[in-house]
Amino acid sequence: MKHSANSRRFFIKTSALAGVGLVIGLPKLQGEALKSITKNLPPEFINLEINPFIIIRTDGSITLINPRPDMGQGSMQAAPSLLAEELEVSLEKVTIIQSDGQSKYGSQQSGGSSTVRGLWYPLRKAGAAAKEMLIQVAASRWATSTDLCFAKDATIYLKNSDKSFSYGELAEDAAKLPVPKNPKLKDPADFTLLGKYNKRLDIPSKVTGKAVFGIDIEVPGMVYACIQHSPTIHASIISVDDTQSLLVKGVQKVIRCKRTMPHRQSDAVAVVASTWWAAQKGRSLLNVKWDDGQLALTQTTDAYFQKAYEAAKKEGVRHEEKGDFLAKFNSASAKLEAVYETPFLAHAPIEPECAVVHYKEDGTAEIWAHVQGPDGGLADAARFLGIEQDKIKFHVPLLGGSFGRKAYHDYLSEACFLAKELKKPVKVLWTREDDITQGPYRPGMLSRVQGMVSNGKLTGFHHHAIGESIVGQVFNGLKPDEADPWLSGELSTENNQYQFPVSKVSWTHVKTDIPIVWWRSVYASNFGWGQECFIDELAHLAGKDPLEARLAILKDERFRKVLETLAEKANWKEKLPAGKGKGLAIFASFGSISACCITVSTSGKGIIIEKAVSVIDCGHYVNPDNVVAQTQGNIVMGISAAIKDGITFSNGKCDQTNYHEYQVLRMNETPVMEVHIIQSGAEPGGVGEPGLPPVAPALGNAIFAATGIRLRKLPINISSIS
Amino acid sequence: MAAYQLQINGKKINAEAAADMPLLWVIRDIVGLKGTKYGCGIAQCGACTIHIDGSPVRSCQIPISTLSKKAKITTIEGIGEIELHAIQEAWIEEQVPQCGYCQSGQIMSAVALLKENPQPTDEEIVASMNGNLCRCGTYSRIHNGIKKAAIALKEGTTSPSNNK
Ligand code: FES
Ligand code: FES
Repeated sequence: MKHSANSRRFFIKTSALAGVGLVIGLPKLQGEALKSITKNLPPEFINLEINPFIIIRTDGSITLINPRPDMGQGSMQAAPSLLAEELEVSLEKVTIIQSDGQSKYGSQQSGGSSTVRGLWYPLRKAGAAAKEMLIQVAASRWATSTDLCFAKDATIYLKNSDKSFSYGELAEDAAKLPVPKNPKLKDPADFTLLGKYNKRLDIPSKVTGKAVFGIDIEVPGMVYACIQHSPTIHASIISVDDTQSLLVKGVQKVIRCKRTMPHRQSDAVAVVASTWWAAQKGRSLLNVKWDDGQLALTQTTDAYFQKAYEAAKKEGVRHEEKGDFLAKFNSASAKLEAVYETPFLAHAPIEPECAVVHYKEDGTAEIWAHVQGPDGGLADAARFLGIEQDKIKFHVPLLGGSFGRKAYHDYLSEACFLAKELKKPVKVLWTREDDITQGPYRPGMLSRVQGMVSNGKLTGFHHHAIGESIVGQVFNGLKPDEADPWLSGELSTENNQYQFPVSKVSWTHVKTDIPIVWWRSVYASNFGWGQECFIDELAHLAGKDPLEARLAILKDERFRKVLETLAEKANWKEKLPAGKGKGLAIFASFGSISACCITVSTSGKGIIIEKAVSVIDCGHYVNPDNVVAQTQGNIVMGISAAIKDGITFSNGKCDQTNYHEYQVLRMNETPVMEVHIIQSGAEPGGVGEPGLPPVAPALGNAIFAATGIRLRKLPINISSIS
Repeated sequence: MAAYQLQINGKKINAEAAADMPLLWVIRDIVGLKGTKYGCGIAQCGACTIHIDGSPVRSCQIPISTLSKKAKITTIEGIGEIELHAIQEAWIEEQVPQCGYCQSGQIMSAVALLKENPQPTDEEIVASMNGNLCRCGTYSRIHNGIKKAAIALKEGTTSPSNNK
């Protein structure tokens, strides 16, 4: 099929609500807020209710609101599909717009792989409720029962007749009806959209260069800013000499500003210019004197890991325990103990951090920022600007990748700070160097693991997680003797489902000044490595095949099915020649279960990663092809995290500056990939992240199988295994 | 500041810019064509790939003053203007983009590859595409997309578009 460049009716734009027929449904609005929405509308066109995700105009056009920003994970298709399935409209015929942060849309945070699992019922209900209202109107016009009416393709039909009404014809009357509280949802067996292959409608605009990302926003009268951040991250400014910078043609101003992180502020200097190129040139000519105090000492990854390894010699704070682990471990005859390490990592989305803010003389503001959550972005912007949220119009363009990074609003804080000074629109755009050297990063972590075996079976496991806490640093929310509560989601025995007679999860908090934050799959990206490699170690100690050893302690049917499917698809039992090896790992996170099998072969002193097979059980899903795409992306990012150098700090400075030093996986390093989805029909789980955690341990276990060398520290230098 | 006359996507465009301003920023911020992307500024990511006289180059590395007056520039906006290029068709067919940010650069590299070498081997595809980073990890689909487009072009099921 041929496409003309403009044939797609796919728009991501803000729409005025004027001319709206049915709005399902606005919150209980009063006074000014109500007036501002209704001022262009006859009052009978408005229906006041809960979730305003569907707009049907009297001319028949339909707009669906996507509450979760798209950073590549496919929410721009997934969320509207939930509405469209129940509403019986085709996505190709509707306009999809991104929500703007207002509370009537509920939580709008893309993160924690939550879009489909969080919206599975609320958005389907919103769609089903609208459909029932439209059917009710049609039935009363035909003076018949609603049972004799059905909805299809934005039309209500009367059974056994040629009568029909388009949604546009019904919308006005439907809007006057009360919204059904418990609309009937479709039986999944009747789904025509959910769970089916459908092309993503955002893709045509992404192959023609027309898709609008945060970096592409341009508004009249806009100036550009390039910001000199502290080279040692939290240093303070002694003096700024901007003489040379101000000589650059186009440079208008040099302003001392602040980078506001959730937990602290850092000094910075902004160069404002008529073009971004002039601003960055002006920045390179600044002469800033910094006082970095003790930061050169504390901001060192070596020192951090040294403290962490010290902590690994002691017991931590107990998070959960089944039985008396230590007593059993001490008396066991066949046992092992090891420490696994994962490095700090940058997210390094190809589109760097960027925001456009216009603070106006009248105390209102308009913002365009590629945040992961419009609601959180709006709340933070109001705080940064010192104005009420209802004074801000917030737009969220597409995100050119994020992986957690753009939910940290330091870049937005800078744009807000400058906009308030300048009173004209300003675009803050970070350089790649800013992105890599400033963080926040995935924290480097240790897993101290202990376990024992008896009679060929794994009988105990203790995972002691050690490192900086995201809850602790970002939210300043961890008490000194408290285990990081986020461990529950990813490390607990409830999560891994291994049936050990005794088990324990514990924690030691090792603080650092290096800014950290969530990174694709959060702690699971760290602790999957320790858990699943060590399970292999215990399996070998027990004299068992790693697959059999796992199955022997897994009761949960879904986990077993994932592993058994993986074994079959990856041909686990196949006899391999010397110098080849397969490794597998399984990890549950964000409501889904994912397993991976990697095949490696030795080559000289190193190894080659030949193939990765992944299996995922994410319950109900929206688009199988997107599940595959996300899982492929997780394999690539997982291998990247396993074999490419991480972020290191020495003398208080980040040692990496750009992609030549902080390398990410390229095409030549990408193995053959296969992804299989389990049709479990379970409640929906996450898709954007769960594929990642098993990748690194599958690789570590494969290397052991091929070479007999057990690696416990990431990254792995695959060109020289020792 | 100096005045430059550029030929972009078949149109003559006047641009006023500092002599050392890389073509990337001239194209994006002066000319206003936002399809070409910034990713690194040091020739590491390929997001800024455009064609000069049909050959792929990293526009972040070319100060505007060094550009030959006759240079014919093609950006992503000049590919498939009337009917999509076989590569773009294949990208839709294979559902290549995730976030899509790197894809302008990927497509510019792929279009240039097929022009130079209509039936590339797997190794040749990797060699040509290895300079284009995709943090979302769409490499296998890019690879398949190029193979698909090569077949489509060979069988004449699609035209190589109006690539100027
Ligand atoms: S921006 Fe030019 S290669 Fe990265
Ligand atoms: S599609 Fe996101 S970086 Fe390539």
